[in-house]
Amino acid sequence: MPARDRTGAALAGAFVVFVAAGFFLPSWAVSLVILSLARGIVALGLVVQFRSGLVSFGQALFFAIGGYAVGLAGLKLRLTDMIVLTVIGVAAATLLGAGLGFLMRRYREIFFAMLSLGFSMLFYGLLVKTETLGSTDGFNVPAPTIFGARLSALATRTLLYDLTVAAAAGAALAVHWYLGTILGRLDTALRDNEVRVEYLGYAPGRVIHVQYVLGAALAGGAGALTAMAVGHIDPSMAYWTTSGELVFVTILSGTGSVLAPFLGSLVFGLLQTYALQYAPSVWQMILGVALLAIILHLPGGLWSALERNRARA
Amino acid sequence: MTGSPVLEVRRLTKLFDQVVAARDIDVTIATEEVVSIIGANGAGKTTFVNLVTGYTHPSGGSIRFRGQELVGLPPREITRLGVCRSFQMPQVFSTMSVLENLMIAHGLSDRGRGAGLSALASRDRVEACAELLSVYRIEAYRDRPAALVPQGVRKLLDIAMATAREATLLFLDEPTSGIATEEKFAVMDIVMAALAERKATVVFIEHDIDIVERYGRRVLAFHEGGILADGPAADVLGDARVREHVTGRRRA
Repeated sequence: MPARDRTGAALAGAFVVFVAAGFFLPSWAVSLVILSLARGIVALGLVVQFRSGLVSFGQALFFAIGGYAVGLAGLKLRLTDMIVLTVIGVAAATLLGAGLGFLMRRYREIFFAMLSLGFSMLFYGLLVKTETLGSTDGFNVPAPTIFGARLSALATRTLLYDLTVAAAAGAALAVHWYLGTILGRLDTALRDNEVRVEYLGYAPGRVIHVQYVLGAALAGGAGALTAMAVGHIDPSMAYWTTSGELVFVTILSGTGSVLAPFLGSLVFGLLQTYALQYAPSVWQMILGVALLAIILHLPGGLWSALERNRARA
Repeated sequence: MTGSPVLEVRRLTKLFDQVVAARDIDVTIATEEVVSIIGANGAGKTTFVNLVTGYTHPSGGSIRFRGQELVGLPPREITRLGVCRSFQMPQVFSTMSVLENLMIAHGLSDRGRGAGLSALASRDRVEACAELLSVYRIEAYRDRPAALVPQGVRKLLDIAMATAREATLLFLDEPTSGIATEEKFAVMDIVMAALAERKATVVFIEHDIDIVERYGRRVLAFHEGGILADGPAADVLGDARVREHVTGRRRA
């Protein structure tokens, strides 16, 4: 039998530590954590797809949809409340994901990956051509407010940090619950044997559709948080390198736990920051070497190293 | 014992290019019958099961299950109607444990709306599935990944998964293939005992004539995509053409 599930307790502990740390962290670290946790939320959606053997190489689509939904809601509807905007980002991505899902559910393997990439590049192309949305330059997102109050830049940043930590914890908890349900457990079942799932009376495509919408919702929320944190959005959010980075983080993290993508994303964020700072000309090479090392030595991702240590203890 | 027709197959034909895999099959199977299908390799036995369960679509003909046409329905809908099957090559979730395999099957047999979002490893389900594993006498393997258990265990797991739902009509595709000769009867005893209480109609494909004689009250002999003989086991197995084309001359 697997070890007793401590995910809930670990999640609660991590939540408290992160919120407390928010009061002490320097400004650059607060930004780093916000962006890393947001990226972790997207990777969490990818983890669910990974478990079925599917790789979306276009998750940046929903990430960008979330970002642009926030930008447009601020620009056209004068909405600035950070919670409302996050919900709008989730809703926009969920709707799009539900629609595209009808097509995506029919594909597997490389075709699934390429189709998802195609959709994201389509959206990228659309953004680049749209002059009213700033074309390649994008546009600035107004400073977010909370419950109608406009606070100082510092307080706003702290609240956005807390909101991101809460969103990450909520997302992890929700996905953890989902993975324990029959539908959630069908992910591995699907990777193992799709014919049997069909012969047990369930449509394999439906599992994939649900996963796809879940991934879209998470990426949309993360895109919204990122847009508010950066204060600016541009089409690079939808570009394939963004998707590649998200897949990179998912492989780095491993699929062993809903906490893994956050660990992986934080490591990635630190790696990127320091590599850029100390070796700006070769930082991409450093990332490449790190990915190679993970694939060769830790095929289960960073999380598997943690588990290995725990098993040894 | 037996009563109204549960399955009515009429003029069922399947062509794979120029190969006739099913040729004008006409057969009616009544409730609670136990039917054995025999035939040489390539005689169309598995094709017949694949056609009825929606894995492949016929070139012509009709398949009615309790009056409802099955042709054109996908396997999942046919399964939901109560036509279940096990496979010649066990179709299990190889990286999941034996217990989890059965729990997935058990969970998916729940027809309630939103049932997919109930916990997989609920206490009730774990108990019910552990019970089912002991009925099939494979409880010793419950926590082993399905890929790592003996073939006979995997075979029984495959059958247990097919029967997790209250099937009205159950197809077993060579339930004893890949099992050592001395264990075949034991396996069939387990399966038949497990099914006896269910009042299910059972159709099984079998190569071993001793098994056919013992468990199949009615025998369908397939040859070149068509039914060569259909009747009580003793009659069919004694039929001269069946002996020539299916069972060989060893009993002559």
